[in-house]
Amino acid sequence: MPTIGNAQIKLLEKLCNACAVSGDEGQVRRIVLEELNGHAEDISVDALGNVLVRCTGSGTKRLRVMLSAHMDEVGLMLVGDDGDGLFRFEIVGNIDVRQLPGKAVLVGKENLPGVIGSRPIHLTTAEELKHNIPLEDLRIDIGPGGGKVKPGDRAVFATRFQRNGPVLIAKALDDRFGVATLLELVKNSPANIDLLAAFTVQEEIGLRGAKVAAFTFEPDLGIAVDATPSYDLPDWEAEENIFYNTKLGLGPAIYIGDSATLYDPRLVRWMTDTSKASGIPCQFRQPGSGGTDAGAIHRSRAGIPSLTISVPHRYSHTAASVARLDDWKNTFALLHAALTRLTPAILAAERA
Amino acid sequence: MKELIEKLTETFSPSGYEAAIRTVIHKEIKPLADEIYVDALGNLIARKGSKTKSGLRLMLAGHMDEIGLMATHIDEHGFIRFTGLGGIRPQALTGGRVRFMDGTPGVINSDRLTDLSKAPTLDQCFIDVGTSSRKDCPVMLGDVCAFERPFNDLGNRMIAKSMDDRIGCAVMIEAMRVLKHSPHEIFFVFTTQEEVGTRGAATSAFGVDPDLGLSIDVTGTGDTPRGSKMEVGLGKGPAVKVKDGGMLADPRIINWMIRTAEKAKIPFQREILEGGTTDARSIQVARAGVPVGCLSIPTRYIHSPSEMVDTGDVLNAIKLLVALLSAPVAL
Repeated sequence: MPTIGNAQIKLLEKLCNACAVSGDEGQVRRIVLEELNGHAEDISVDALGNVLVRCTGSGTKRLRVMLSAHMDEVGLMLVGDDGDGLFRFEIVGNIDVRQLPGKAVLVGKENLPGVIGSRPIHLTTAEELKHNIPLEDLRIDIGPGGGKVKPGDRAVFATRFQRNGPVLIAKALDDRFGVATLLELVKNSPANIDLLAAFTVQEEIGLRGAKVAAFTFEPDLGIAVDATPSYDLPDWEAEENIFYNTKLGLGPAIYIGDSATLYDPRLVRWMTDTSKASGIPCQFRQPGSGGTDAGAIHRSRAGIPSLTISVPHRYSHTAASVARLDDWKNTFALLHAALTRLTPAILAAERA
Repeated sequence: MKELIEKLTETFSPSGYEAAIRTVIHKEIKPLADEIYVDALGNLIARKGSKTKSGLRLMLAGHMDEIGLMATHIDEHGFIRFTGLGGIRPQALTGGRVRFMDGTPGVINSDRLTDLSKAPTLDQCFIDVGTSSRKDCPVMLGDVCAFERPFNDLGNRMIAKSMDDRIGCAVMIEAMRVLKHSPHEIFFVFTTQEEVGTRGAATSAFGVDPDLGLSIDVTGTGDTPRGSKMEVGLGKGPAVKVKDGGMLADPRIINWMIRTAEKAKIPFQREILEGGTTDARSIQVARAGVPVGCLSIPTRYIHSPSEMVDTGDVLNAIKLLVALLSAPVAL
């Protein structure tokens, strides 16, 4: 059985440290193409920058299964040059502006170092400390003479990937977890299906890459492989936390419904049955807000039965997320086990 | 017709979980269609007739799904927290009853409210199914339920849950029954997931690839005390939609509908709906674009567990739909 080992963790590190804000996914795309080299025959890059890979199986009556993981991450875009290395910026994707002041960033194609400046505490009044700093008052500072960047360039949090035993800390685990998982699935593509892998762009700003990728692939079913927030910290008043979304350590999160998709119950059952049969743990993500590439895939053409499976991680869309290696291992293992036992019978019964 | 409406509105099928209502409708239309199939998103598609020289490929869409709730957490005492499927109005929840897909009934209530002048938020509400622990609770995270409220026949008016849009489904089914001759190839599409964003209509319209699309759905009214400012009222006939929050009807289709109603002496009202939309929104932008319109059934108290329609409006909607389908369309 293929599994997540040191080589895969190294690759995840490389992917997380790369900078690929929505619309500017080149750095991750290069790594993906490099990794795919020699592992798949049919590889293309489409008009929006999605990497599309077709792995043809060998059995008869193979389902055409689209797997999607997004290469882009949330980040910042320079929008104005104030001189002396100071730049006004906007956020790309969902980021809590309160999180920004004081964070180190990497800016532009050359990943130049910068910082989102904030006034030192010595010079801040008690009144000012009570308020959040609005986005229009924040600047990215690369220092006078710090190099050539210009409005339109992107910036990401400068956090470097770290592993501490079973714990992973990094930026952009959403969705480099998915990208790394998908690369591993392409390298170990089950023969009973045609695996159609889409490394998508622009997910964080509206599932745009997945929309056109699904149109191209026209699959029998679609699975988004993503990362989802955990909010599993103890409740302050020791009451039951009823808004945890997911919990670390309980395995991959299977989706039932979010803002963008009501998932196909046949596929949900397939995944939970696989979990029971294989002993690989899984959890349900709490139904609610949010969305993944599946939101675009299931609405493609005449409709595609769809599912999402995600690796849980704390502090999503911030400078540093915390995840458990085991949850990622189990996500890959469950997906691989499920795909290996997939037959056209799954779609023979009507959707509930 | 009223028996059909009762049957349709008393079936539980929230968005994404339309199997039960699909079975009921399938049984009704089986003798009335030339071909019936179900697509990947669960849309029930019935073809009637073939395209003649003077005919078009028409798509009619009435949505089978209804608003509902989905369990997000079962607490240690067996209380169920939930999220909404579709446009849930919290003020219509407390004290209401629901039924889960396996038949389990429950009642909705909320955390203790400190300010009784405000409706609770969804986060403050829970469902109680009468069990006292997580272990005994028959409901699992992800299970869905719909409002439970019986159909009432008031003679000229009818009240039920899910008139939105089982009344549209009823109009389509009755039209299939009455329609004897048509130059058109007509696809009666009973769609899924309308309440969460007209999703079933988007994919079924791609599959059907029609020349013309018409949704059959409910619309709001302005005829209740201190209600919305809106021209439409109960009892003044079905409404011909000019626009809503997501769609501008094709002017040629508006004219066709109005001319047909006038010729057949069927009362009708012109409708402009400020918020909300229907399946026609998705049909309009399918593939390279489709001319669309919408035949609306005026409905009070939409998205509450007690939606009210006028019996005469419903009968006239069926008449108008049959008249529209019986003759060639010249756009």
